[in-house]
Formats: sequence, C-alpha cells, structure tokens
Amino acid sequence: MFDAEALIIALTVFVLAIFIGYEVITKVPPTLHTPLMSGSNAISGIVIVGALLVAGRADGITGQILGAIAVGLAMINVVGGFMVTDRMLKMFKRSGQK
Amino acid sequence: MSTDALVHLNITNVAYIIAAILFIVGLKQLGSPATARNGNRMSSLAMLIAVVATIVGNDIASWEWIIGGIIVGSTIGAISARKIEMTSMPQLVAVFNGFGGAASAVIAAGELIRLIDDGGVIAEDVSITIMASVIVGGVTLTGSFIAFGKLQGLVPTRPLLLPIRNVINVALLIGMIAATVWLIVDPSITAFLIAAGIALALGILVVIPIGGADMPVVIALLNSYSGIAGAATGFVLGNNMLIIAGSLVGASGLILTRIMTKAMNRSLANVMLGGFGVEDGAAAGGEEETRPVISIQADDAATMLAYAQSVIFVPGYGLAVAQAQHQVRELADLLKDKGISVRYAIHPVAGRMPGHMNVLLAEANVPYDELKDLDEINNEFQRTDVAVVIGANDVTNPSARTDKASPIYGMPILNVDQANSVIMMKRSMSSGFAGVQNELFFLSKTMMLFGDAKDSVEKIIAEVKDL
Repeated sequence: MFDAEALIIALTVFVLAIFIGYEVITKVPPTLHTPLMSGSNAISGIVIVGALLVAGRADGITGQILGAIAVGLAMINVVGGFMVTDRMLKMFKRSGQK
Repeated sequence: MSTDALVHLNITNVAYIIAAILFIVGLKQLGSPATARNGNRMSSLAMLIAVVATIVGNDIASWEWIIGGIIVGSTIGAISARKIEMTSMPQLVAVFNGFGGAASAVIAAGELIRLIDDGGVIAEDVSITIMASVIVGGVTLTGSFIAFGKLQGLVPTRPLLLPIRNVINVALLIGMIAATVWLIVDPSITAFLIAAGIALALGILVVIPIGGADMPVVIALLNSYSGIAGAATGFVLGNNMLIIAGSLVGASGLILTRIMTKAMNRSLANVMLGGFGVEDGAAAGGEEETRPVISIQADDAATMLAYAQSVIFVPGYGLAVAQAQHQVRELADLLKDKGISVRYAIHPVAGRMPGHMNVLLAEANVPYDELKDLDEINNEFQRTDVAVVIGANDVTNPSARTDKASPIYGMPILNVDQANSVIMMKRSMSSGFAGVQNELFFLSKTMMLFGDAKDSVEKIIAEVKDL
C-alpha cells in the first residue's frame, strides 16, 4: 500500500517550491509586505481544490457537509484575500501620480 | 495514494501546471509597487484556472453543497474585504489565516471518512499526511483566532503565562504523537478527533503567552502555517499544485517571520516562549524619572518645521491609533509647497504587521517613493534638520546601540538622534512596549510635544498656514 515513489515525487516538488518561494519572496520590498501577506493568504486558499475534490467524491451526507464547509472556508480566503490585496495595492501611488 | 483518478486527466494536470506558473509569476510581480496589482490579478487568475480545472476534470457527484459553500464563502470574503478598515488589516489577515487552517483540517476529516467508508485500509503515508493536515490546520485555526482576539483587545494583550504550561505542552505533544500512531495502526475517527482536539488546544496555548506587540511575528508565522497546511493537504490528495502553492505561502510566511524577529533583535524561540516585557516593565515602573525634558507647543513646532530644509517623519503605531495619517500627509504637502524635502522613515516593526505603516500611509495618499525603509534612510538623518517622531518609541531609542544592559540592546533602530533637532509627539512620558525609558527624550536637541497626535498635527498645520 505504501507508495514510496509518489511520496518522493511529492517531496521533490515541495522542496523545489520552497526554494522558488524563498528566491521570489526575498525580492518583495518591505513597503509591500502587508499586501504580500494578504495575497499569499489568498493563495493558501488553494486548498479549495482539495475541498472541491472531497465534496465532489463524497459518498455520504457527512462527507458532503464537510466538503461544503471546507469549500466555504477556502472561498472566504480566496475571494476576501485577493479583493483586499487589490484594494490595498490600488492605493500605492508614485509621486505626482493621480 | 489517491492520485489514480487524476493521473489520467491530462488537461486538468496541464491546467494545474499553468496555475502553478501563474502563482509564481504573480508573486514575482509583487517585487515592485508598479507591477504588484497586476501580479495579484495573475494569482487570482491562477486560482480561477485551478478551480475550473478541478470541477471540469472530476466527476462531481453533488453540486448543491458545493455551490452553497462557494456562495456563502465568497459573500463573507467579499464583504469583509470591502468593509475592513486599513488599521484592522492585521485582524483580517489573522482571521483569514484561521479559516485557511480550518479548511485544511476539514478536508483531512472528509478524506479520512471517505477512506474508512471505502474499506478501512489506509496506507501509512496517507495517514501521516492526514494527521499533518489536521494538526497544522487546527493549530493555525485557534492560534489565529487568539491572535485576532489580542489584536482586537478581546483577549488580554499582556502575556498570559500558565504556571505549568511547559508540562501541558509536552503532554499535548505526546498525546498528538500517540493519536497519530493510533490512526496509522487502526484508522478510526476517534484517533482523528483526539488529534484535532489536541491541535486546537495547542494553538490556544502557544499564542496566549505571547504579548500583544509581538503579534506581527505570530501572524507572519501563522501565515506560514496556513501555507504548510495547504501543502500537507496536497500530500493527502496527491496534488502537486496544492503542494507548490502551499510551499510558496509557507516560504513567504517564514521569510517575513525572520525579518520581523531580526528587526526586534530577538530569536523566534524568544518570541514564542513569550512573556517578553513582563519583568522589565515592572522594574522600569519602580524607578521614578526625574531628568528634565524640553516641552514645546504646536506653534514652536510649526516654526521649526517651516524654516527647515529637510524633514523626516518617523511614524509608529501610535499614529494609526490616533488616525493621524491624513493630517500628517496634509502637513507634509504644506511643507513640500514651501520647498522643504519630506520623507518618511519606516521601521520594519512599525505598525502591527509587516508593512502595515506603508499601507496606512498609502491610504492617506502618501506616494510610496517617499516611504523609506531602515537601510535607505538611516544615513540621511545626520543631514536632516528636523525628525518628527509620531507615536513611535522603542525603535528610536539610542540606548539600543550603546547600553548593553538594556533589553533592546542590539535592536536595529532609526538614527533619529542624529538629526539636527527632533520633535517627539507623545501622549505622556510613558515608556514603550519594552518597558525601557527612551534616552532620546532627554537630549538637548529633542523637543517633546505632548498630546494626541491628530490634535497636535492639526494645530501645527493651522500654525504653518498662518506663518
């Protein structure tokens, strides 16, 4: 049952993604750290994919309810996170820019 | 692992790769304020692609529940994103973090129930990732809500130290490991619920001893956890895109955590163990301050500013509390009209989350190129006529450079004391969060302007206009 190969592939993806994340995010200037936090928060709403899979393939009512709750929670993150980040970034203006 | 269903769905997988690339490019565009908004749009497009690909590529049995969840979640998210005050941004991020963690935990529960219903034999790696997902998710959920409570003033902001908290924490950790072993040996809902309960308790116990002013670090760390919880969910479901997006968020949170702790000259362990400022505060309270300070009125401050050539504003959280950012910008505009150079020095821990002060000033229409961080501005103070400190304290204390006995010794500070003169706007002589007296107050170049920051700045504006 133990699928070592799949786990290794998943771990490889995980480690590489951490490195990419480190490289990309160290370049974000301090002035944008709050939008970075709310924006990355929205990205962590990617668990919506997991929520949809769980809700979609649930057999019983318990699974469906759990799936729906997970979908709802993740959607708060996704919609709220991206919208509030956009609201903040809209306010950042250069000198003389109206 | 449960990848079988997905491996065959090539279109879905291609869509996932595109989404992963868009997430990375989107984050890369956050590297400059000029491209950041576009970057955020790319990330949201990536999310849309991921969601559509998931719905199209899988046999979704029951729509009504999913659509219900989407409508309710989107509505709550959209309303809170629109209504939230910029000063309350840390609370919003904390709550969203908590929901993200909760989603991961609930997904793990749903997946476990499905697997048990399917026959009850679960591979070890799947059990472990289910447990990782519920544990990180649970800690993130309650930890974030305690952080929210502290920021909102619902939970006492001072560090709450339980007498035997270390014993309790160790006991909970042992219980968690035991529950995980139980679930691997014999997949049962009971083991899962025990782990979930322990994770929820641990989240509370970990955050409650941490002082209110350390919440920026906690939020950054929990931000990272919500990403790691997402990546763990990716392991549960064998979905690489979830792992990638989760790791990006995890890395982001960890980097911000490190920036914060470095700016406070403390280790993460020191923040997490909590109790900072408790003993020091008591000691400082016992010592009466008798040294004289120079106190001035708004008209004196107005004269100093109007006849300066260069001014640096040093805003702290007190500025946000007094809601004085719009007045400060108005004063800055007046000074700029007189040909005076105006800039803002932003310490990394100004405000209540990383970059919070920048957002508050951006909201007041301060151009972002006038906002300078510590490294950019620190050599400029010695060439500056007047530094105006509004609602900041510890981050301007020169004893951080010299006094080895000071609790803030070694913390990077803004070199406000090197300016020709300093105007310090403050409510009273009280010390900052670290509980130490600010040596800056007693310099002969420092003028204290006591009172509410918004009031004071308004008076200065009126005086400058009259000059």
